[in-house]
Amino acid sequence: MAGPVAATARRVLLQLLHDRRTSALLLVVPSVLMTLVRYAFTKQPQVFEGVGPMLLALFPFTVMFVVASVAMLRERSSGTLERLMAGPAGKGSLLGGYALAFGAATLAQVAVVLGVSLWGLSLRVDGSIWLVVLFALLDAWLGMALGLFLSAFAKTEFQAVQFLPAFVLPQFLLCGLLVPRDQMAVALRLLSDFLPLSYAVDGVSRVAYTTTLTGAIWTDLVVVAACIPVALALGALTLQRKGE
Amino acid sequence: MDNLIQVGGLVVDRSGQRVVDGIGFDVPSGSLTGLIGPSGSGKSTVMRCIAGVQKHAGGLVKVGGYEAGSRMARGLVGYQPQRPAVYLDLTVRENLSYFATMIGVGASGVSEAIDRVSLGGEASRCVERLSGGQVARVSLAIALLGSPSVLLLDEPTVGLDPVLREDLWRLFATLAAQGTALVVSSHVMDEAERCERLLLLRDGRLLADAAPSALKAETGTTDLDSAFLAVIRTRRV
Repeated sequence: MAGPVAATARRVLLQLLHDRRTSALLLVVPSVLMTLVRYAFTKQPQVFEGVGPMLLALFPFTVMFVVASVAMLRERSSGTLERLMAGPAGKGSLLGGYALAFGAATLAQVAVVLGVSLWGLSLRVDGSIWLVVLFALLDAWLGMALGLFLSAFAKTEFQAVQFLPAFVLPQFLLCGLLVPRDQMAVALRLLSDFLPLSYAVDGVSRVAYTTTLTGAIWTDLVVVAACIPVALALGALTLQRKGE
Repeated sequence: MDNLIQVGGLVVDRSGQRVVDGIGFDVPSGSLTGLIGPSGSGKSTVMRCIAGVQKHAGGLVKVGGYEAGSRMARGLVGYQPQRPAVYLDLTVRENLSYFATMIGVGASGVSEAIDRVSLGGEASRCVERLSGGQVARVSLAIALLGSPSVLLLDEPTVGLDPVLREDLWRLFATLAAQGTALVVSSHVMDEAERCERLLLLRDGRLLADAAPSALKAETGTTDLDSAFLAVIRTRRV
């Protein structure tokens, strides 16, 4: 199993690396956006203090969602997925390979945006930086798994790209980034309780302001982590060996 | 000789349409079978059924005695889909190495497959920079990895220059002589001549199952195009 998983991870990373522009966008865009937020609110530094850590968790989720759904769509439309399904390898090695590759890409992305934010933009993180990285990594996997799952419902790249406003933006609006969740209409607050991104954002903002590992942080971590296998299982369900 | 591929009463429906209608044939090891028919006749669908990537509504498909698509059957089959199923953004060798690892074939198998399709000189080039014919050969090389006992090649020679086509058909004959069960689809009749046995498909039905020479003799024709026409006419009556 280790062979096919590692080979798939290597292959996906090679594809990303061969595409220099994608690699550059992946690494640079979050830092640019973070800088924009910092200086757009230059007269209200407390806004950046508030949303900065949340953004650290949101970038990997969004980027990996899009990259994974397009990668899987290409895998389907080019016939390489069918080819892999005709061979002896299991679906697990394919999904595992994707998870490893996107995990590595996320670590690189988070390293850059965290470096720029902490030292370039003087973002304050009181808690553990490692927990912030951990949340970012879990979010990236969550985004990846949801992207792989939803890509099964897209027949074209046009549709796949539309899933970003359709599935990611609502989570953005409801996760507590723009308005604290307890100030939303009750129905929306209840809805946000069922969206994994809410826990990711809650967790990261808690980590940013406290040095102690509270129970609430653990709860957030466990919820986000538990959603990943569920999303991956949904993704695996869409990998049908036999097509119509 | 044992039948590596067994197809019986195969029926495939796609969006309410019957695209394969009760096809049956066996393919022994060490044979070169041509799946011949016009575009839309069901050639690719039959291939996909044997490769285990196509749902079927009825009938049985077995590879090496195992249900097509089962883990054991998948280990026996090399499949080249009609469109070149390769990663365009990787090099030839990266493509081959990846698929080799996925089926448990080592580095020597990779070099062997690249040599067999004469792509040694392009091994480190990105596939998207290759010509259409070269891309098709990368796709073929992937199917050849690990010398599978069953080779399913869906229109492997489309767009290739005549010299290369000649080389590939010689390769197919060699593989058959070494014991591989090959099923090669084509809509070009001059290629059909090179097969030991032809399965003529039209509208999802099997019209004829015979050697090229026998087919011509039975229909009293001198070329396969006329033989195919004659078969269609007699079927109508």
